[in-house]
Amino acid sequence: MSEGAPTYDLGKLHGGLRLPAEKQASTSRPILIAPVPAQLVLPLVQHVGQAAEPVVGIGERVLRGQLVADTHGSLGAPVHASSSGRVAAVEPWPVARRHGQTAPCIVIECDGLDQAIDTTEILVDYRELDPVSLRQKILQGGIVGLGGAVFPTAQKLMQAATLPLEYLILNGVECEPYISCDDMLMREYAADVVGGAQVLMHALELPKCLVVVESDKPAAIAALAHALGDIQDPRVTLKQVPTIYPSGGEDQLVQLVTNREVPSGGLPSDVGCVVQNVGTAAAVQNWIARGEPLISRVTTVTGDGVASPLNVLVRLGTTVAEIVALAGGYTERAQQLVIGGPMTGKSVTTDLVPVVKATNCVLVLSELPAVGDERPCIRCGECAEVCPVQLLPQQIYWHARADNERKLREFGLTDCIECGCCDLVCPSHIPLTADFRRAKARMRELADEKARARRARERFEHRNQRLQDERDKRDSELAARKDAARNAGPDAIAEILDRARHRGESDKDEDS
Amino acid sequence: MEFERRDAPFVTPSGSVPDMMREVLYALIPAGLAYVWYFGPGFILNLLIAAAFCAAGEAAMQSLRGRSVEAALSDYSAMVTAALLAFALPALTPWWVTATAALFAIVVAKHLYGGLGFNIFNPAMAGYVVVLIAFPLHMNLWTAPRMGDIDYHYLTFYETARYTLTGALPDYLAFDAISRATPLDAIQSGLRNLRTFDELRSYPLLGDFGGRGWEWIGNFTAIGGAWLVLRKIVRWQIPFGVLAGLLIPAGVMYFFDSATHASPGFHLFSGGTILCAFFIATDPVSAATSNRGRLIYGLGIGFLIYAIRRWGSYADGVAFAVLLMNMAVPAIDYLTKPPIVGHPRKRRETR
Repeated sequence: MSEGAPTYDLGKLHGGLRLPAEKQASTSRPILIAPVPAQLVLPLVQHVGQAAEPVVGIGERVLRGQLVADTHGSLGAPVHASSSGRVAAVEPWPVARRHGQTAPCIVIECDGLDQAIDTTEILVDYRELDPVSLRQKILQGGIVGLGGAVFPTAQKLMQAATLPLEYLILNGVECEPYISCDDMLMREYAADVVGGAQVLMHALELPKCLVVVESDKPAAIAALAHALGDIQDPRVTLKQVPTIYPSGGEDQLVQLVTNREVPSGGLPSDVGCVVQNVGTAAAVQNWIARGEPLISRVTTVTGDGVASPLNVLVRLGTTVAEIVALAGGYTERAQQLVIGGPMTGKSVTTDLVPVVKATNCVLVLSELPAVGDERPCIRCGECAEVCPVQLLPQQIYWHARADNERKLREFGLTDCIECGCCDLVCPSHIPLTADFRRAKARMRELADEKARARRARERFEHRNQRLQDERDKRDSELAARKDAARNAGPDAIAEILDRARHRGESDKDEDS
Repeated sequence: MEFERRDAPFVTPSGSVPDMMREVLYALIPAGLAYVWYFGPGFILNLLIAAAFCAAGEAAMQSLRGRSVEAALSDYSAMVTAALLAFALPALTPWWVTATAALFAIVVAKHLYGGLGFNIFNPAMAGYVVVLIAFPLHMNLWTAPRMGDIDYHYLTFYETARYTLTGALPDYLAFDAISRATPLDAIQSGLRNLRTFDELRSYPLLGDFGGRGWEWIGNFTAIGGAWLVLRKIVRWQIPFGVLAGLLIPAGVMYFFDSATHASPGFHLFSGGTILCAFFIATDPVSAATSNRGRLIYGLGIGFLIYAIRRWGSYADGVAFAVLLMNMAVPAIDYLTKPPIVGHPRKRRETR
């Protein structure tokens, strides 16, 4: 254990798993800087929220770091060109986000010059900015949470700033097997990480920052300790946590280091914490100190399906196929391509998907997980034993099969973080996490259906009310007329009789 | 390159149901050997007959329900049921009694409730209770454990097989000549006839703690049980609960009145206590599901075993205790739901 990084295990996490790390292969070499590709494919959605809107025309020449798609006030993040070149198209392209679907992307033919925009106007000393402007500034950098959730960082800060806060927690836990991009980033760019921490603290006026790293990353801890020694900032503390998956989950990490539970449906800011991934902090520093928006990231290319696993610093928009080639290409045994880690990643059918802000890992596996060897649940409870949220997955599974929405809510389906621990220990090999994802989608659908039904009912009731009102109005008018007739004097009666007689005559006229 | 699509996680699960069931069967081997040693080869015959009928029942029900026979048989759960039945039955049991128990366990208690995972009652115990009530005469024919008694005729393999298949004992042996009361029987009726426990302990049926022979079977069962706990196939809550639920009331009663109450040691090493704690009550399907629930479930079984032995009309109460607590499982599960992280730690709000 390195100096200044005591193991910090104040809060106790329920369950979790000690998984084989599988990180050795990709951490044996320094980060490789990937070359500029011939073509960049930049999806308009690389974040949580609304798609960014293109602000460049087809055929337009763009420079590295130039804004190519912007957000307009809504939740989202702008997109920047990762290198210089010409905008070739805005067209649908396969992406990893959604299975088998395409998403609109800006395609840039690179000219290989890698010419950057002029940063002199962008660069300012962040300490001279007030927190509000600094947050606005961060928004322009297109920075999103690089741990995988890709929530727009600036908006996370803006939301958190409305609450009383105590800690900035930098998440360097990286607990999922195979992934080592944060580990390598902390080793090689520790100064950027702690620099970014200072910027983020300024943006939130936070008094304390905890940089949290899992105990199996001694090199990263040493590098961070060194970087912290250089800046001598007493507000920033380095903490070490035990190696247990999924302690890097945002809520889990908060619980682990502060012993505070993030309330169900709430955010860490509800308990005074803001969690940022170490990669995000480095990206913030890169933007603030060097004027480079989020146009590249460190991605791990690993698994027994690639020849020589490594970490690459890759420009966003480079295809997965190209960075797999940097890792020596596929081995003969490559069978499964996963974007993300083995626990929470997404499998893709093609390697033509681009590396995006969320792509922390490209995992190529030789083994296909078996499907269809599922057996009935025997209620052994192993899943409940490992669930970090202390759910009863065996019960949720039951209610999910019965589509019992009330029970699903009661048993906390929406609290499930989809970490996949229950799948791994299930002796019946039930794909619980996938089942829960589907059940959640179904629950959202039901909620939508309910909302639609409510609207329809409201319309119907509205219509009934209107008809009723009309009837009431007619009735009251009729009653008024009747009343008037009943109280009418002799003159009125004579008049009525006269009218009736007159009508009788005209009838006769018509008959003849 | 093109790849196949799968859902996360992309890691193959470690254990499997067949592996678990197989380990349970392996863990029963020491107890089985001890059983054969003390009560003769009848156990093996019972095991084979129970296994055959359990497998046949499983296969028949699966094909009637239009499901894979192979998938059900390959999970070994029917074999665990068969093994538990063989342990519950006396070594000398006519084949049709065993067959009835096996078929009831698999066909009624298991498949008519929806098959593995859906049965609310422990199949082996349901099957056992049916024959216990239906064929009391045959279920009371316990032989003496082999302890080298010179005046007792231990049946040979041939004689055992002949009795099992035809119900005929050797000509020179009467039913009563080989039938012995079980230690639990002897203690229960002895205490009720106002004999003291100390007096009864000198009875040749009794060993150091429980019944002679029986206590050794208990030891060997505990070895297998401890292994299951170490391997985490069985979590400690249920065995601990069963033993505590039985031994605490037994200890308290014995402490205050050791003359008319059997000692906790006797309860522990008699009848099906240890088998129940580690192998029967631990059937996850019919047990409570949360850790706290399992502790309560175990304690309930233990206490019911004590209550039946002490105040009931049956000498042992394992099967009834398990079935009664099976019925309580939905309530236990409801009341012991662990608090979800991030939810208020208050008691559940009243509706």
